[in-house]
Amino acid sequence: MAYELVVVGCSWGGLAALGRLLDHLPDGVDLPVVVAQHRGPDSLRGALEATLRRRLERPVVEVEDKDPIALGRVYIAPPDYHLLVEPGSFALSVDERVRHARPSIDVLFESAADAYGERVIGVVLTGANEDGAAGLARIAERGGAAIVQDPGTAEAREMPEAALAAAAAATVLPLEGIGPHIAELCAVGVS
Amino acid sequence: MALQVETQAGEGTSREELERVEIDLLLEGIYRRYGFDFREYAPASLRRRLWRRIHAERLESVSGLQEKVLHDPVCMERLLLDLSINVTAMFRDPSFYVAFRREVAPLLRTYPFTRIWVAGCSTGEEVYSLAILLAEEELYERTRIYATDINEAVLDRARAGVFALDKMQAYTENYIKAGGTRAFSEYYVAAYDGVQFARSLVENVVFAQHNLVSDRSFNEFNVIVCRNVMIYFDRSLQGRVHRLFYESLAPLGVLALGHKESLASSPHAEAFEELDAEEKIFRRVR
Repeated sequence: MAYELVVVGCSWGGLAALGRLLDHLPDGVDLPVVVAQHRGPDSLRGALEATLRRRLERPVVEVEDKDPIALGRVYIAPPDYHLLVEPGSFALSVDERVRHARPSIDVLFESAADAYGERVIGVVLTGANEDGAAGLARIAERGGAAIVQDPGTAEAREMPEAALAAAAAATVLPLEGIGPHIAELCAVGVS
Repeated sequence: MALQVETQAGEGTSREELERVEIDLLLEGIYRRYGFDFREYAPASLRRRLWRRIHAERLESVSGLQEKVLHDPVCMERLLLDLSINVTAMFRDPSFYVAFRREVAPLLRTYPFTRIWVAGCSTGEEVYSLAILLAEEELYERTRIYATDINEAVLDRARAGVFALDKMQAYTENYIKAGGTRAFSEYYVAAYDGVQFARSLVENVVFAQHNLVSDRSFNEFNVIVCRNVMIYFDRSLQGRVHRLFYESLAPLGVLALGHKESLASSPHAEAFEELDAEEKIFRRVR
């Protein structure tokens, strides 16, 4: 069985880390990459998307409600909404913040695990809180692949450390190693 | 002896699939027992809300919740609150109110009397925000706002107009960014641990129960505001609600959606033009 979706969570220092990860994602990998990056409710709509778009060959889009999930794209959670995954499409919510965050990485990851089960790859990057840990554990529990940025290389190590504590079997890699590892996972398929 | 019970072909045995069956049964039960129809709500956010209630009731499964909800109307009340409260804030998305002043207020000024429908008004923050804006634009006196929600308990809170004191700083900042022309504190007085908004703001507001899923159009409106409500619906239900809005809009009426919503699921998308593309404010032109 093949992997179908990559979900990425990042917070403090996330934009730089995300750019670096995507720079090292081999062109042959066409899985949709869905990103929840913490940011303030007032952060300029489309700003993160525009920054990444300037840098990447891949199309980068800020998600609108019920957008279909297409191959080869990078999807960004809009500010002040939770981003959830359903089979084949996205859904948004304005429910309460989870651990002070909206978008919440846990909400994205848990919905991805529910909708895609073992066909999900979850990646937790730099951040100064514990969001994403529960979500990554859910992905691993449902048979998906869990990857955590090496805390020693992260701008803020709390988030990757918390993710590792919750999902001990996760693969630990520096940013440049994550893209190639995703390519390997795709080549081998879900074990 | 071998097990005689096998799962249906195509219906796997995974936990997710089993839970989907349980949720379908719960929603069917709620519909038949209480008449509330959540069967076409967007599954991912619905599942999160159901699990919040399951944990709060100290239950362990969707089936457990089904048993309790079907036998205990008080538990259904609690679930209904979970499923129908949409978290919002006064002047949420200040840029929307700036655009409303700029694009919509001048249109309203051309009418002697206008009707505005705030559909899915929840606890009323948006209604009071709109009333303040209209008062400042000197339009309130000739406007009637119809504020509807599926949930009576939520409407009671909206009617009361009492909001938490600790929110006022954030609301004041929103109000200023939204182009407010007075001091925000002129609109409320402190009351116990909350603030009470001026009753004059709801003089021209009709709060009424209305279910977007099952109820029909009840008037003709110049403006319909429905922000971040339909994100909780699946596409086919969104399409039906869009039809309801289309049928409820006067010619040249305005439809305002949330920042990340669109007319993509509307069967009448071609009948609208954009008044403000960023703020998702549309005008019915056909």
